[in-house]
Amino acid sequence: MTSATGPDVATLRRPARVRLGWLLVVLAVLVLVMLASVAFGSRIVGWSDIVAAFGGTDETLNQAAVVKRIPRTVLAALVGAALALSGTVMQGVTRNPLADPGILGVNMGAMLAIAVGMTTVGLVTATQYIWAAIAGAAISALFVYGVGSLGRGGATPLKIALAGAATSAALASLVVAVVLPRGDVAENFQSWQVGGVGGASWDSIVQVLPFLLGGLAICLLSARALNSLALGDELAAGLGERVALVRGIAAFGAVVLCGGATAIAGPIAFVGLIVPHMCRLLVGLDHRWLMPFATLVGAALLTAADVVGRVVNRPDEIAAGIITALIGAPFFIYIVRRQKVREL
Amino acid sequence: MSTTTLEAVTRGRVRRGRRRRAVLGGLTVAVVAIFAVSLMVGQTFYTPDEVFRVLLGETVPGASFTVGELRLPRAVLALITGLCFGIGGVTFQTMLRNPLASPDIIGISSAAGAAAAFAIIVLNLGEAGVSAFAIVAALGVAVLIYLLSFKDGVAGTRLVLIGIGIAAMLNSATSYVLDQAGQWDLQAATRWLNGSLNGSTWDEAVPVLVALAVFGPILLVQARNLTMLQLGDDTAAALGTRLERTRLISIVAAVGLIAFATSATGPIAFVAFLAGPIAARMVGPGGSLLLPSAVVGSLLVLLADFIGQFAFDTRFPVGVVTGVLGAPYLIFLLVRTNRAGGSL
Repeated sequence: MTSATGPDVATLRRPARVRLGWLLVVLAVLVLVMLASVAFGSRIVGWSDIVAAFGGTDETLNQAAVVKRIPRTVLAALVGAALALSGTVMQGVTRNPLADPGILGVNMGAMLAIAVGMTTVGLVTATQYIWAAIAGAAISALFVYGVGSLGRGGATPLKIALAGAATSAALASLVVAVVLPRGDVAENFQSWQVGGVGGASWDSIVQVLPFLLGGLAICLLSARALNSLALGDELAAGLGERVALVRGIAAFGAVVLCGGATAIAGPIAFVGLIVPHMCRLLVGLDHRWLMPFATLVGAALLTAADVVGRVVNRPDEIAAGIITALIGAPFFIYIVRRQKVREL
Repeated sequence: MSTTTLEAVTRGRVRRGRRRRAVLGGLTVAVVAIFAVSLMVGQTFYTPDEVFRVLLGETVPGASFTVGELRLPRAVLALITGLCFGIGGVTFQTMLRNPLASPDIIGISSAAGAAAAFAIIVLNLGEAGVSAFAIVAALGVAVLIYLLSFKDGVAGTRLVLIGIGIAAMLNSATSYVLDQAGQWDLQAATRWLNGSLNGSTWDEAVPVLVALAVFGPILLVQARNLTMLQLGDDTAAALGTRLERTRLISIVAAVGLIAFATSATGPIAFVAFLAGPIAARMVGPGGSLLLPSAVVGSLLVLLADFIGQFAFDTRFPVGVVTGVLGAPYLIFLLVRTNRAGGSL
């Protein structure tokens, strides 16, 4: 009951042999997916060009295309990792299997903050975007959690998910109302709004990296405390955790991660939902293992989604955010179906 | 003793009936008034006399085109889509005994929207084809949601959550389709996504009118049975309601209304969701909500379109106005229900 997934699915911690085995598998998958992301794209490129491009040449059109794919791959991996870790922490903090930056409306909060910033203050640099996104994400996270935890039973998964969906819809309308009058801003907003990593550059990666690393550090440091929280607030307090403080710090880390990711790549939903559930099956419920795993699997998942989006409909690209929604929504439904009605 | 009880009950009935008639009358007057105002007001003002002559079919220089060809189709479309959304929404809410189970939250409007966007942009179908496509898709999705939420009976909460998941998926499909459409500029796409009455023509209004004439009476005849369903399946069956038949007819008719209206204007946010609860507050307990909700729905659309056109420097599509107005109400409803401790 207290664990996020229910006792029937995941064990507390799988044997060390199993965990290390999965670690190798996940690392191998990540490397393969990243290689694929450099090798495949809307333009079909031979191996010799790919090797040459890694050497730093971009003389032919093919080589130039490959050179552009490298930052894109790095960004996809970073954003995927950040969103997955953020989702893991949110599920841990709220003890809610449906928590995800997209479902909880946190992404939308970041988006609205950026939209308002663009139209009123005139944000320019990536760092300004990131701060605005983090502020918006934090406010909407607090709001959704506040609305969802009113009344009897506290923050049940159903109430949180509904509050998130309602807030998302509300914020989405506001975003349109803010952006629509400004044709110049709307142009910039369009590609970003769908959620994808197509516009990656080393410059933006360098600017978002400190935020992501900071969020990562905060989240990883709170792993042990989240394990205690999973036992329930009373028991965690009995074990010596300062429950409210731990919750606040971990949630801040999660918000920084998803705010930073959203500022650079737009709102990408469902990565933060799927990955923790997958990782619990692989390594069990211990957050000290779960978090690093979620980071790696999230990186692989979003990179893979980006590759799929580039390949399935050549030469057009489907934004990674659309691919993750198409994969993620059925998974969301699967989780909802598995819950008992009472627990909803 | 028994006579006084009887008198009290009778008095209550009479009072509620009087209130209902008064509210319905007031709402109708308001709808007619705003309808008339939206015919008169615009870039040029036309007197009631001129508008009336146009309506009677006389040729009035200037007014014949502006009122007859531009404003009238727009106002009529606003009126009838409002009726459609109002009835369709409250039918679902009543049938599933849950205010959140309105078609625009559980993904049925999203289905109609995605199908209509696909039919318009990819298949290049005409009005009739688009409507047919939208209704088939919306019905299919309604059945899918029902089947997916079936597990030892259908729990309303599960249905709502699964609907939210489906809606997320369909919305990303819609944004992909709109993204692909080269000839559609961003503004047009955004307008359609949010629901808009811009450029309304009689060609768009006619299918909606037909749908309203076919499905509206079916639902109104069913109104009594639908109210019975609110008492719970067992009680309703004991009182002589044929459950499955009522449900099937109601679903088909409500989905029909929503799909036709959506394919004409795009999904106008929250009208289907808001009309029922607003009508319920105004009319009070007892009696069917179908007719009051329909009138509230059309009042909402007419009013929002008027505000969107004239209240700001920028012309906002009607769906953005209803979204911005409706979202806080959605959250308010959520807060109130959570406070009361009910499980929605």
